Amino acid sequence: MLWSIVRFAVNGWISKLYIEPQFFFSYYGFEWVQPLGEWTYLIFAICGLSALFVAIGFKYRIAIIVFFLSFTYIELMDKTTYLNHYYFISILSFLMIFLPAHAYYSFDAHRNETLRSQQIPRWSIDSIKLLLGIVYFYAGLAKLNSDWLFEAMPLQIWLPAKYSIPLLGDLLQQTWVHYAFAWSGAIYDLTIPFLLLYKRTRVFAFALVVIFHILTRVLFPIGMFPYIMIASALIFFDAGLHNKMLAKISEWLRISKSFFDNGHHYQYPKVWIRKASLGVLTLFFVLQLLIPFRYMLYPGELFWTEEGYRFSWRVMLMEKAGYANFKIVNPENGQRFYVDNTEFLTRFQEKQMSSQPDFILEYAHFLEDYYQQQGIEDPEIYVESYVALNGRRSQPYVNPDVDLTEIEPSFKHRTWLLSFNDEIKGL
Amino acid sequence: MKKFALLILSIILFWGCTDDGPSGPSVDDFDREAILENWADNLIIPSFSNFSETTGQLHTSAETFVANPTQQNLESLRESWEASYLAFQHVSMFEMGIAMQIRYRDYLNIYPTDTEEIENSIQSGSYNLELPSLTDSQGFPALDYLLHGLGQNDAEILSYYTTDSNAENYRNYLTDLTERIDVLTNQVLGNWTSGYRDEFVNNSGNGANSSLDMMVNDYIFYYEKNLRAGKIGIPAGVFSGNPLSSHVEAYYSNGFSKALFNEALTASINFFNGVHFGNEANGQSLDDYLDYLNTMKNGADLTGLINSQFELARDEAEALDPDFAEQVLSNNTLMLSTYDELQKNVVNLKVDMLQALNINVDYVDADGD
Repeated sequence: MLWSIVRFAVNGWISKLYIEPQFFFSYYGFEWVQPLGEWTYLIFAICGLSALFVAIGFKYRIAIIVFFLSFTYIELMDKTTYLNHYYFISILSFLMIFLPAHAYYSFDAHRNETLRSQQIPRWSIDSIKLLLGIVYFYAGLAKLNSDWLFEAMPLQIWLPAKYSIPLLGDLLQQTWVHYAFAWSGAIYDLTIPFLLLYKRTRVFAFALVVIFHILTRVLFPIGMFPYIMIASALIFFDAGLHNKMLAKISEWLRISKSFFDNGHHYQYPKVWIRKASLGVLTLFFVLQLLIPFRYMLYPGELFWTEEGYRFSWRVMLMEKAGYANFKIVNPENGQRFYVDNTEFLTRFQEKQMSSQPDFILEYAHFLEDYYQQQGIEDPEIYVESYVALNGRRSQPYVNPDVDLTEIEPSFKHRTWLLSFNDEIKGL
Repeated sequence: MKKFALLILSIILFWGCTDDGPSGPSVDDFDREAILENWADNLIIPSFSNFSETTGQLHTSAETFVANPTQQNLESLRESWEASYLAFQHVSMFEMGIAMQIRYRDYLNIYPTDTEEIENSIQSGSYNLELPSLTDSQGFPALDYLLHGLGQNDAEILSYYTTDSNAENYRNYLTDLTERIDVLTNQVLGNWTSGYRDEFVNNSGNGANSSLDMMVNDYIFYYEKNLRAGKIGIPAGVFSGNPLSSHVEAYYSNGFSKALFNEALTASINFFNGVHFGNEANGQSLDDYLDYLNTMKNGADLTGLINSQFELARDEAEALDPDFAEQVLSNNTLMLSTYDELQKNVVNLKVDMLQALNINVDYVDADGD
């Protein structure tokens, strides 16, 4: 239906992606292992370049595929740095592989007359709206738990520490403010997709989006995400606004916008490509709707076991701190000693490792290999660990009697974790 | 309609949080800057001033001894060394500002000291103590070796400074070490008293580079690495499987390791509670901040838990031999149980306290979500 919207959305947040190289480099600099050594820089370069190509619509299909692959590759290199918003970028770029975002106001469309179209299928724009809607709505659902709503946790830990923010600093010390933030945050996440969908509430909703994300930007170290979400929300507006914006851009860049206004409807080059795209997207969305609920397959408290926590739009829900002390036992002579984690990990990694069970297990296996090389043929590895969740007292986490070298990483329920001494009600 | 109601509610709630209008609440009643002031003015600077006096005295004693290497002068030099080493336990944790830049603690207290390196330097007579590679052949542990470890008895030790063919080099090395300790200490103290104090106190914001975050990180790092592991855990073989008696602090002295440990534990407890250096007065510190934060959430009394755990560790250590090297060889179990009590407070400090204070355990200002 309406042309250009996808095009603009891409422009909107990709322009932010130009800044990404810096943003990436800074977080990249904090890693302790470079999986590809110097070559990692190349991946970032490819990623940045493909982002530029996507934004200007040059060789769009190839560019978006390369972007998706390179960005996802970067994300997969080290899960220490997993963040929901990187995941969001990854799946959004996957989605865009199947969309004709280059049909209007792009280099591709400029060069290729059969491609150039003023209008693209409605579902291609709706699919992005749907993805954004899922992100917000699921983030809202995840907030419907007793810690968030009735204890104002973890906001109660985070907000008072922001005492030096001008104007807000003193206010953030007030308990009622913590609750107000918690409840309005949950209501915001649950309703904003609908408010954006309705024409009558749209402008107001967008104002809320801007305020909400700027506030989160001020309060929390969440990088580019607020800007990306603000720009992405523009896709809910109809073509009129985007046309005006493009007209302005055209003035600046001295591009003839009317060149693209040919009234054509975008046609997929082959019918099967269109059908395949729709098929993939349907599957994609079914998975997106189901994946966040996979935690239901596991017994135990989700926040405690983290089985099914990632990739589920559970943002800002937990303050978890841990401590893990690994004990190596040589069964041949009964010799036992503890590991100094700082020998192998940075403080940042140690922090991430000590509260997340899959990290603990992976590290234990790394230690097994290391001490085998050191001459202990079959070391047993135990961990004494404590985790504090959302302001509760720390309590023992992993069963200290389980030899972690006997446990293989899997998606099975982790019976080697001790149970959580409290209950968090809700979704 | 329902949606509209929600909408209105969200607007009200939202503006409620951003607007500090006439119904605004009372101001924050906890002054974080007061903690920094108390640390700087009543703990850090007085501790360094006191320590600087002892390092001056130590150097004077060393010069007296070198000029006249008698048994009596050796003994008074040893006394100065002990007094200064004890005073050092009160400043060791403050690896901030210039101390961090020059790696102050490393130059003063890396042990076990490298006796081979020391002998090489003395034989050759040419060495540059500013080289990072020589951190383990200077400072208090190297002095320990020079004052207690050179020979089997005092006569033998004295002979190195009198009749030995390299006696002059021994004497020079000794005073070079005491001078360096004194110079470095005055450099750090000077930094605090000429500007850094204000920089430290004024950096009272939140975030990874604020004074509070950095100091708390330093404190926990010190407690975990230098106190728990360095003084107790490593000699007890916690990280190696076998007791390592030679890794005890002040190994060559006769039974000074326990006194150093006790002093360091006291310094750590005083820092947590904001007890002024040199007197009993109690100012603002982490204990008060934790109490304040706890009034909001009614959680466990962390201050009480941490303080009683400190006392448990102190009680457990009471039974230890004054000489830890002796202790790990005769009955290492006692040493290990002291370690366990210290260890429990690592969890309290590093997990519970950091979470309550919302301080990250690293200096990394990484993104979260």
